[in-house]
Amino acid sequence: MSRPPRPGGVGRLLLHAVAYAVIVFLLLPTVLVAPMSVSPEKYLQFPPSGFSLRWYGEYFADREWIEATLFSAEAGIISAIGATIIGTMTALALVRGRVRGRAFVELLIIGPVVVPHIALAVAMFLVYEQLRLTGTLVGFAMAHIVLALPFAIFTVLAALYRFDADLEMAALSCGASRIATFRHVTLPMIAPGVASAALFAFIISFDEAVVSFFISDLDRKTLPRKMFEDIDFDVSPVLAAVATMLSLLTIAVLVLGHFFKQMADRRAAPAAGGTKP
Amino acid sequence: MRQGQAGAEGRVAVHDLVKRFGPVAAVDGVSLEVSPGEFVALLGPSGSGKTTILMAIAGFEYPTSGRIEIGGDDVTWAPANTRNLGMVFQRYTLFPHMSVAENIAFPLKMRGVARAERERRALAALETVRLGGYGERRPNQLSGGQQQRIALARAIVYQPRVLLMDEPLSALDKNLREEMQLEIKHLQQQLGITVVFVTHDQTEAMTMADRVAVLDHGRLQQVGAPRDLYETPATPFVAGFIGETNFLPGRTVAAAGDGMPVAVELDGGGRAEATAVGALAANAAVRVAVRPERLALAEPAGPGLAGTVIEAIYAGVATTCIADLGGERRVRARIAAGTGGRAWSAGERVGVSWQAADARAFATTAFGGQA
Repeated sequence: MSRPPRPGGVGRLLLHAVAYAVIVFLLLPTVLVAPMSVSPEKYLQFPPSGFSLRWYGEYFADREWIEATLFSAEAGIISAIGATIIGTMTALALVRGRVRGRAFVELLIIGPVVVPHIALAVAMFLVYEQLRLTGTLVGFAMAHIVLALPFAIFTVLAALYRFDADLEMAALSCGASRIATFRHVTLPMIAPGVASAALFAFIISFDEAVVSFFISDLDRKTLPRKMFEDIDFDVSPVLAAVATMLSLLTIAVLVLGHFFKQMADRRAAPAAGGTKP
Repeated sequence: MRQGQAGAEGRVAVHDLVKRFGPVAAVDGVSLEVSPGEFVALLGPSGSGKTTILMAIAGFEYPTSGRIEIGGDDVTWAPANTRNLGMVFQRYTLFPHMSVAENIAFPLKMRGVARAERERRALAALETVRLGGYGERRPNQLSGGQQQRIALARAIVYQPRVLLMDEPLSALDKNLREEMQLEIKHLQQQLGITVVFVTHDQTEAMTMADRVAVLDHGRLQQVGAPRDLYETPATPFVAGFIGETNFLPGRTVAAAGDGMPVAVELDGGGRAEATAVGALAANAAVRVAVRPERLALAEPAGPGLAGTVIEAIYAGVATTCIADLGGERRVRARIAAGTGGRAWSAGERVGVSWQAADARAFATTAFGGQA
């Protein structure tokens, strides 16, 4: 080794070891679930005794699983659209507008993150019960929009902070109305941020279990709720297959989100890059 | 481009403009008229209110009180996008997600101009700023100077009546800045457009503008042609801000009317002749302002001002002599090369004099007496 040993090398090594151990410990269950899902046996087993996609087939053949998945997807898409639109508008108002009681508004936005989901779930259940919203798409979408909104707002806020507000002034000076300025300048510039807000909102909704558990009913339930029921009722490798697919979907969304973030960084890069005379 | 398009529409008037930010008056009662086709520079140090005035004209700031007219219309409260002004900003503000041609065509698109016509006019504007052939590039492929030229093209492509510029050259290096100053000036003359130009650079203001409005602490100090500002500054601030000035405090020997010669007994000894700025009473506290190049140096003789040369700085075109007149008074004299005067060196006794017409006596109280 050409590099001299750094002072405190042992301590650093130990720190790294512990850090990686924690990561492995956290990831292990997720990673183990994948091989378990391709086991041909009728019960959850590790290591798998062979390779079979039988439980994936079972999942796709089961009307209840597919219905729950489609319902979750619908709720996810509606939540994503709703949270993104409301989130973008809120972020714009916070950054550009003169919001009275801004501190209070910001507190409200963080609310769904800090209030325990179980408390939120009970509260929503009590209200939805009265309004007959339990088990409805509208009910799920509303609940999930509330949960996803903080993330959507913060994602768009980050994009807006990177965006040079002078460009909006330039657009206005060119004769663009405020709406035209948003459509032609602001939105294209923050589009990657808005897109990742939508992705996160979708995943938060698709993945959400606690609130969904409370506001589902017998016919209409989300995928996580259906998974809960299955654990109680019959622990089959289908669960592992669904869990694996959920993990893959989440990873795909994260990768896509990362891609959008890079795109956003590139857009926000100052235009004064040239060095030509 | 159409010639002399500004017409009467190009007139800009600011009446009693006041803009407060909390307790601070950024602009404190400024009135200014800009004629159609005129190039006016708003000049002042940072915090003088020059940019705030421009932003109020542009519609990005609304005044606390006062009125703004463009082409005779009261636009004080009109939204920025309805004012039909061209604007070039200090920072590079091309839209990074559009090509150069799309950037220039953007204002036309907002005005509902058909695509073919947009493209034709964008290309023409591109030629006007001498960047023909750059239409397909992205803003981040251009240098700072090129970007500001494109921003200029974008600001004139819809033939606005007035062009506002907020220190558009301050990010450029010196040579390019000087080149662009003349280029913008020539373009302005060619288009006949009214320009209001904000800068903190006196040379830039003097080079480009027909008239310069000098601001300090939100107040208008003087508006005039560059020559008037330099030769006959109205306030000590203008005298000190534009070019170099020696200030010598003293008291008037007798009363004098505005523009009349007045004798001043200088604090620390010596008597000097100057021209009164405003009416001065007898025994009034004044400051005599005189430019370094108006000082004459000679062998000390008679009752005139005299001192000791502290330093003589040779700089080719001119030599600057710093002389100590005693009583903590120092003056700078600039002797142009080739004027035949003798060379001075440190330690020599020297007589200092000037013509009454070349020195101005300002009442000390009139403008707070700031240097």
